[in-house]
Amino acid sequence: MRGDEEKRVTPLKVIYIGLILSGTLIIIALISLSLGPARISLKDILNWFIGYESIDQTAWMILFKIRLPRILLAGLVGFTLSLGGVVFQALLRNPLAEPFILGISSGAAVGAIIGIVLGLGFTFGIPLLSFLGALFTILLVMGISSRHGGLESSTLLLTGVIVNAFFTAVIMFFISTTSDSRLHSMLFWLYGDLSQSKYVQLSISFPLILIVSGIIYVFSRHLNLIVGGEESALQMGVEVEWLKWISFLGISLITGVVVSFSGIIGFVGLIVPHLMRMILGPDHRLLIPASALGGAVFLIAADTLARTIISPSELPVGVITAFLGAPFFIYLLKTRGSQWTQS
Amino acid sequence: MDPELILKDVHFRYNSQWCLEGIDFELKKGEILGIIGPNGSGKSTLLKIMDGLLKIHKGEILLMNKPISSYRRGDIARCIAMVPQEETFRFSFSVSEVVLMGRFPHSGLFPFEGKEDLEITHQSMHLTGTLDLATRSIHELSGGEKQRVLIARALTQRAQIILLDEPTSFLDIRHKVEIFELISSLALTQGLSVIVVSHDISLAAQYCHRMLLLDKGSVYKIGEPAGVITADNISTVYQCPVLVDKNPISKTPRVTILSKRGEDKEETV
Repeated sequence: MRGDEEKRVTPLKVIYIGLILSGTLIIIALISLSLGPARISLKDILNWFIGYESIDQTAWMILFKIRLPRILLAGLVGFTLSLGGVVFQALLRNPLAEPFILGISSGAAVGAIIGIVLGLGFTFGIPLLSFLGALFTILLVMGISSRHGGLESSTLLLTGVIVNAFFTAVIMFFISTTSDSRLHSMLFWLYGDLSQSKYVQLSISFPLILIVSGIIYVFSRHLNLIVGGEESALQMGVEVEWLKWISFLGISLITGVVVSFSGIIGFVGLIVPHLMRMILGPDHRLLIPASALGGAVFLIAADTLARTIISPSELPVGVITAFLGAPFFIYLLKTRGSQWTQS
Repeated sequence: MDPELILKDVHFRYNSQWCLEGIDFELKKGEILGIIGPNGSGKSTLLKIMDGLLKIHKGEILLMNKPISSYRRGDIARCIAMVPQEETFRFSFSVSEVVLMGRFPHSGLFPFEGKEDLEITHQSMHLTGTLDLATRSIHELSGGEKQRVLIARALTQRAQIILLDEPTSFLDIRHKVEIFELISSLALTQGLSVIVVSHDISLAAQYCHRMLLLDKGSVYKIGEPAGVITADNISTVYQCPVLVDKNPISKTPRVTILSKRGEDKEETV
């Protein structure tokens, strides 16, 4: 049972849950840091951390040049995709909405690939085109699937599937026809590849993601009202159209940026927000930070699995998230679909 | 006392054809005004216009003596609350969370409620008899319970005017009466001005101070229930033969539909 007066969302509760999830995030990151083909035990890392013991040059290289940037990227990507999921689910009033399912991730990927073909830089140019690709896709999907001012679930999902199929074809076309050697390595990238993480990318995207999520958090109560219907939210004083534009721009911006670094990773924005909603309830003042942090935890765990499960070889992380996410999606559709598909 | 809401020669259209034409009336303080009329006569549109959700093309709407177009959305929300016919929450908020949402127009940037908000919420749940439902999910409620919760949310908005869009449509007779009793007591004890759109003509006639009969986007008749609900008016506007007599207890007009199959199959609405 949740939701009675005492279990109402208060600032204290948000901080409390935030601290628990941040703690989990640090623990999972440390565990992930210790796992890999080269054995560096957690105890060694912790001892080095408190200055009790030194580690050798090779171990240092592995930890800070290979594993840490990858873990940080996984955290940022998971954070962003999960945040995108929560926001889309509220704004579109559709629990199955998510950047990957709506085709926004592949739209961003097409933008990134066009950037690569044009020879733009990996730090600014490609993320910018990726953002434009994401924004274009949001507007496209909304334009195709909105009827009588409402977005019906089945139409929205079908539109996402079609847009996804089309963009995947565009990506394959670019990969197959160009002789650019960089593109050939991108086949892996279609299912998510976090191994190319660089500190410079992290240092640009981190503040951006922080700012956008901060702005979105200010509107968390507005999102609660939108869940009850756009018209009733408007009636109670929410500037619905304005809020939609702010959110779509913000989410496309950060989704575009992370997709250009990580490739297409599906279902994070579906699995994590739903789990959090089941545990913590639908209030966005708690759900937004919990989902974002939970998304970071989830993707770090998934990526650790992806790079260790068939070691010394690796899986794209999107394979892991799809293995978990697709059955979860079907489960949601089967058990709660009827409640959601009525418009 | 000045009327709360005044409509002067209001015109509105969705496309080329006028949907509302030359609407003139006022809502007095503490009054319950019932709006009736056939499907498509513009009742819901009229409600949205009065709430400033749709912009009119001609005429004027004065809210507390100022044009409604001069208000910002949040300001209107502090004066007017709307109870929609139905509202689908996609995620299972609890009843108390939904009622608490009514405090939104009164809050600043800090996204959490204070003690006063909780007290007001408790009060409106007490008035609507929804305290027992507080921890239930909005999805688990019956039609009547949900309608009461939406009214509680509107009360939490602490607006002087409440607009209700067919609050009794999906309810059985007991719950229909309960909703009208609630509306009536709120107008009396809280001094609220209420506009209620309804298809339950006879029932509305028992509770409304005045009634407005809408026909194809124009006011056909407005006034006390006995003057508006006559066999002539209802038959003409609804294009359905009816008999109107007096409710033996409340002495308010009572409408009986005259079925075409014979007089033994009559039904009261």
